[in-house]
Order: sequence, then structure tokens, then C-alpha cells
Amino acid sequence: MMIAIIDYGGGNTGSVKNALDCLKLGSKITSDPADITKADRIILPGQGRFSDVMANLKAGKLDRVIKSEIRKGKPYLGICVGLQILFDEGEEDPGTKGLGIIKGTVPRFTSQKVPQIGWNDIRLMKKSRLFAGVPKSAFFYFVHSYYALPEDSSLISAMTGYGIEFASAVEKDNIYAVQFHPEKSGEDGLRLLKNFGDIRC
Amino acid sequence: MLTKRIIACLDMKGGKVVKGTRFKRLKIVGDPIVLAEKYYRDGADELCFLDISASIEKRKTRVELVRKIAEKIRIPFTVGGGIKSVEEISGLLRAGADKIALCTQAILDPGLIIEASRKFGSQCIVVSIDAKKTEYNYEAYIYGGKKRTGLDAVLFAKQCELFGAGELLVNSIDRDGTQEGYDLELLRNISGCVKIPVIASSGAGNPSTIFDALEKGKADAALVASILHNSEYNIQDIKKYLKKNKVNVR
Repeated sequence: MMIAIIDYGGGNTGSVKNALDCLKLGSKITSDPADITKADRIILPGQGRFSDVMANLKAGKLDRVIKSEIRKGKPYLGICVGLQILFDEGEEDPGTKGLGIIKGTVPRFTSQKVPQIGWNDIRLMKKSRLFAGVPKSAFFYFVHSYYALPEDSSLISAMTGYGIEFASAVEKDNIYAVQFHPEKSGEDGLRLLKNFGDIRC
Repeated sequence: MLTKRIIACLDMKGGKVVKGTRFKRLKIVGDPIVLAEKYYRDGADELCFLDISASIEKRKTRVELVRKIAEKIRIPFTVGGGIKSVEEISGLLRAGADKIALCTQAILDPGLIIEASRKFGSQCIVVSIDAKKTEYNYEAYIYGGKKRTGLDAVLFAKQCELFGAGELLVNSIDRDGTQEGYDLELLRNISGCVKIPVIASSGAGNPSTIFDALEKGKADAALVASILHNSEYNIQDIKKYLKKNKVNVR
């Protein structure tokens, strides 16, 4: 098993690797397209500005590699901004295109304190292998100012309330994405990462 | 719904966890990694490491310590104390810290708040404000409570928000280590004028003081140190009390 943790220069790649190490899941922090092609799975960790992340991915031609690997069916887990860049465009930097894999936009919270920082609960919207065995009462750690708004609501796998109800997890075929940080969400977060490791390719 | 956070705070000096009263009379409490793991297991929502002796030499060992902590715990943690540059911030974040607390330097060089929040995102820049009550208002202090600045702490808090800070850590020099309760007026004043999360610090005693900071002080999180270190209460005791009193906690 080899999970490619994509290094675009700004993410908390080390925290994700620490969590995977603790689960004994093999992984490599990398920005090399060859590693991503060879890997069994891809994780794009969070932290960073939408436009910076896209610019860095493009500079290393990683955007194309990620898209083509996803198209081939390789399991992808996007965390935080790794979820947001799946969409068409981010409001953080109007005009900056995302990967455009999922239709929708990424608006900013307006009614509450921004960023949302802290532990929030989730409401599962559909059966998901990613959330298998995660208790209903689980809390996850969120740090973000923007949230995803998919056009197709059937892709939403979990919702969370912060002034409004927003998509805290989306799922489409082999694409899994969460707005919160499983690598920082204690035991329940580890469970989710383990589930990702168990998903059959 | 977003929960209120209980953050275990570990003041550090010479590689050990210490705790003082009103920023003075430090006592050694224990080993940072042992305590970090304990508070993580006990259900802390976050940890906060504030190096109160951060000399240049010790800062190098701090990166190593941060790396070790990041290997052991699976919740977010903040690192602060003597941080002066984006290079230093970058090194600590790479070692595994989730957030950086800027203290003295945020007042001496507020441009650092702008620079750091642009580069790393507001969400990982916390400004820690040491405030002391005066006859008329609250004054911000620097150098671990040793030097007054003449700055109004509440106005400075607002400035930090405008400069891009993602959170404010509000310390009261008068209440630190006293267990007499947080300075609610200070918390209310700051919470009332900013739209970023406010972390209450200094003065945690029995769980009702924490309830007051969150409810009456309108804080989003409470920092707790002495009462955990001397085992008067553990995190679960505090959370049970808060739950019983209808505060939403994890």
C-alpha cells in the first residue's frame, strides 16, 4: 500500500503522514507526478489559499496528473482545501479555476465568526464507506472560512451546521472529500483515514 | 453545532512545563510530551504550548519538541513564544504545529501579522494579548508582562483582526495562575468588538469559572492550565459540568 500525500508547499502534510504512520498505512509526501501515478491512493491535505494551491499544483503539472488518476478510478481523499479545489471556482479568489471535477462553487461564511475554528458534529446524508463505524455522536475538527456548495446535492455525504447547513463531506465514485481535518480529529478521524485505506481500488 | 473548546495550556521553560502566578514565581510541573499525551487522552480539544523563555538556542530545540509532539497527538496544537519571523513560523508549521501564537512581536511589529496571515492563512495565526487592568481600561503588555506599552488592549485586539489574525488569545496578567476566575469584563469587551474566535485565558478555577468565561465572557474557547496540572480537575470533569449547564462541548 502506498498513499501519495500531495505536497504543494503549503499543506500540513506532516500531520497527515503522522496519522497514517500511526495506522501503519504506507505513505509518501511527494510532489513528483511519477509517485502519484504509482501510488494506490491520493490524499490532498488542507491548509492554504485556493489560488495558491491551484497555482502550485499547476506549476508542478500536478493538476493534470491528479485529474487523470481520478479518472482512472484511483481513490482520492481531499481534506479541507483538498475538497474545495475539486469544484469549478473559489470565491476566495474570484476567477481562479479549481479542478472542475465537481460542479459548484466555494463561498465564504457570512453570518458567523470567520474562520470557523473548532469541533463540530456531522449529519450523515448517505451510506458511506468512509464513515463506516464512525459513531453518530462523533465530532470533527474544522478550520475554514469557505465551504463547498455542490450543484448536485446527491453528492453530499455529510452536512454540518455553522449559521447555515453546509456540505462537510462529498463523495462521487472514487472521490472522497471532507471539509474537516480527520488527521486532527482524534480517534474518529483515525477511523476515517483507516476506512480510506481499506477502500478497494 | 460548533462546540466550545477546552484547551490545555502548557507554559514551557528550559524544556519543562512550568506554571507561575501573575506571570511570576514559576514552578516546574512536568515533561511536555508526557503531559501532552495525557491531556489528549483526557479529551482536550486542543493544546497550546507557550515558550516563556524562548531564547535563540532554545528555539532550535523547540522545533524538535514540536516534531515529537506532532507524532504523538491527534488534535490541533498551537505553539508560541518569542516568534519573530515568517521563516520561524514556517519551520514550526513544517514540524507539525497547527497554529502559531504571536505575542510581543505582534505589538512591536504588527506587519508580521499581515505577512504571516497572508502566507499561511489567518486560520493558523493566533495573536496572544497580555492585558492588565488600569483605572480606565486594559493595557497591553509585552515581554511576558514585564513592559507596558501604553496600548489599549481592546483597540489592539480589533487591529489584530483587521491585520489578519485568525484568533485572539486573551490573557489577564492580574488573573494568571490565581484560579480566581477569568477577567470577564476584558473578555466581553474584546469578544464584543471582533468577529474572530476569542480564547479566554488566565484565572480558571473551578468549572463554574470556565462556564462564566464562555457564557458571560462570550469566549469561544477557554484555556486551562493550573487546575489540570495540579489535578484538581481533569478535562472530563470540566466538560461534564459544562454539559450539565447546557454548554455545547465535545
